[in-house]
Amino acid sequence: MSVAPSPRTLGQPAIQLDGVHKWYGEFHVLKNLSLTVAQGERIVICGPSGSGKSTMIRCINRLEEHQKGKIIVNGTELTTDLKRIEEVRREVGMVFQHFNLFPHLTILENCTLAPIWVRKMAKKDAEDLAMKYLKRVRIPEQANKYPGQLSGGQQQRVAIARSLCMNPKVMLFDEPTSALDPEMVKEVLDTMVSLANEGMTMMCVTHEMGFARQVADRVIFMDAGEIVEMNAPAEFFANPQHERTKLFLGQILH
Amino acid sequence: MSDLTIGSRTYLQREKNPALPPPRLTSGPLAWVRQNLFSSIGSSVLTFLFLALALWIIPSLIDFAFVKAVWSGDAATCRANLDGACWAFIRDKFDYLRYGSYPIDQRWRVDVTEVVGAVLIFWLLWNGAPRRNVAALLFFIVYPILAFVLLRGAPLIGLPVIDTSLWGGVLITLLMSVIGIVFSLPLGVLLALGRRSQMPIVKAACVTFIEFVRGVPFITVLFMANFMLPLFVPDYLTPDRLLRPMIGTALFSAAYMAEVVRAGLQAMPKGQYEGAMALGIGYWPMMRLVVLPQALTTVIPGIVSTFIGLFKDTTLVAIVGIADFLRTVETARLDPSWAGPTISPTGYLFAASFYWVFCFGMSRYSQRTERRLSKGRKH
Repeated sequence: MSVAPSPRTLGQPAIQLDGVHKWYGEFHVLKNLSLTVAQGERIVICGPSGSGKSTMIRCINRLEEHQKGKIIVNGTELTTDLKRIEEVRREVGMVFQHFNLFPHLTILENCTLAPIWVRKMAKKDAEDLAMKYLKRVRIPEQANKYPGQLSGGQQQRVAIARSLCMNPKVMLFDEPTSALDPEMVKEVLDTMVSLANEGMTMMCVTHEMGFARQVADRVIFMDAGEIVEMNAPAEFFANPQHERTKLFLGQILH
Repeated sequence: MSDLTIGSRTYLQREKNPALPPPRLTSGPLAWVRQNLFSSIGSSVLTFLFLALALWIIPSLIDFAFVKAVWSGDAATCRANLDGACWAFIRDKFDYLRYGSYPIDQRWRVDVTEVVGAVLIFWLLWNGAPRRNVAALLFFIVYPILAFVLLRGAPLIGLPVIDTSLWGGVLITLLMSVIGIVFSLPLGVLLALGRRSQMPIVKAACVTFIEFVRGVPFITVLFMANFMLPLFVPDYLTPDRLLRPMIGTALFSAAYMAEVVRAGLQAMPKGQYEGAMALGIGYWPMMRLVVLPQALTTVIPGIVSTFIGLFKDTTLVAIVGIADFLRTVETARLDPSWAGPTISPTGYLFAASFYWVFCFGMSRYSQRTERRLSKGRKH
């Protein structure tokens, strides 16, 4: 369980943030964020609510717009150019706190929608692909049900499969287990761990510290829109440096 | 047996509680009556009050419309019987009410158009019918051309041109409503999307149109379409006198439809947009595949209300001189050869039944659609 990830050779930069700032009106939410995530790297981001964790990862696929600085994803810089934004989004999967499945479509249709309409895949091929990933998240038997008929944990696994169907280079997770009943957290975390073990580049906002210990290459602690501390998980949990980090870990690890 | 008594501090379940049927008198017809009609003194009083009201109205209506009605005969028979409706009058005027002044030997063209239209609409609306996409193609592309050629005429293939001033009756009412319904929904969707657009000019244009149209009475729109349009547009570009109120009707309902659709769009959780955008789905596919199917489903009652309103508003085209169904009833009613005290009530009863059947049909169909769509799709 708590085996430290073996040192791996990391690839080219997948995500680069360079002096990123963002404001909501007058409110400065992201302050001078700089960070490079290599291909195959797993980053866990934690911090108190309102610290800008979600906002940061939502900037990476442009669900939120940054106003200053540079964000480069897979070599494409995010600007106001809609073509580029969609190009980035095709290569970056995202899993949300509230799943955001499409309730009027079956599980299978949820998974094939983007491959068919964005990748222009044939319906049959898209369905085969979707079934492959539904098997991976261990719910192929639910393919013809609607999202409302599934439990929260199953819905979140569908959401992961739906993202994987686009064959993304990077996966973003925005508090994927926060809306789940306690009994269902594990099944989603297991899916995420197996994804990590296959070398997926991941950025994950979560408070599941066990998950961070198990798979993260680096843990980032954010507060008030800034990166306060970053370290390898063993060191981060055993030896937090910043006062704010210590206080936070003291609150969540009893 | 339960061990959860005061004082005992531990409990362990030894056997599961079996699922039992509900106690008697919480289900069944008798329980239903007690719960819904006689649950309190006030409720019982209301029940009897409405029962009395129904007993007072319904028998006399049935008496007038069926029991004492004159089913065949002429004006004299009707004048002799003052207690019942004069259906002989409707029978005599039936063709006029259906076709207006459309030439008698050409009326088969109207019949063909109506039958083909009815078949296609049925095919389109019947859920589970085979090849509904073919039906859509036929109805939206082929049928309008067919209907135009048949109704108006094409001398090339031997169909004499029938001027639109001769069209009338049910034909006009159905034509106006079908065209209004078919155009107002897509137009309303576009206006609603435009109103929520980030682009300031598009947004301003849509808001202006919607607020302007909703700010004037329908009759004003009809007058403008009929009398003002020809003043601004050169003669050869002026649309036909029947087309003008049709455009007016479609645009008028589109403005109302836009607001109904906007309500549906606003009810959509932000996560649906984000889920689609995060997959790289562009604006139009996102709207068409993710947002609109859900948004329109939630506002089906509003959409159908607008359709029903439109259907009944077509009666107002009589003001600009078009002989719609109600107008033909009016004309028939004033025919001196049929003059009699029961003629007007009969005519109006007939007209009311006609409108009611169509409106109620729309309403029922929408209820069924709602039920079908809500199955298994709860959030």
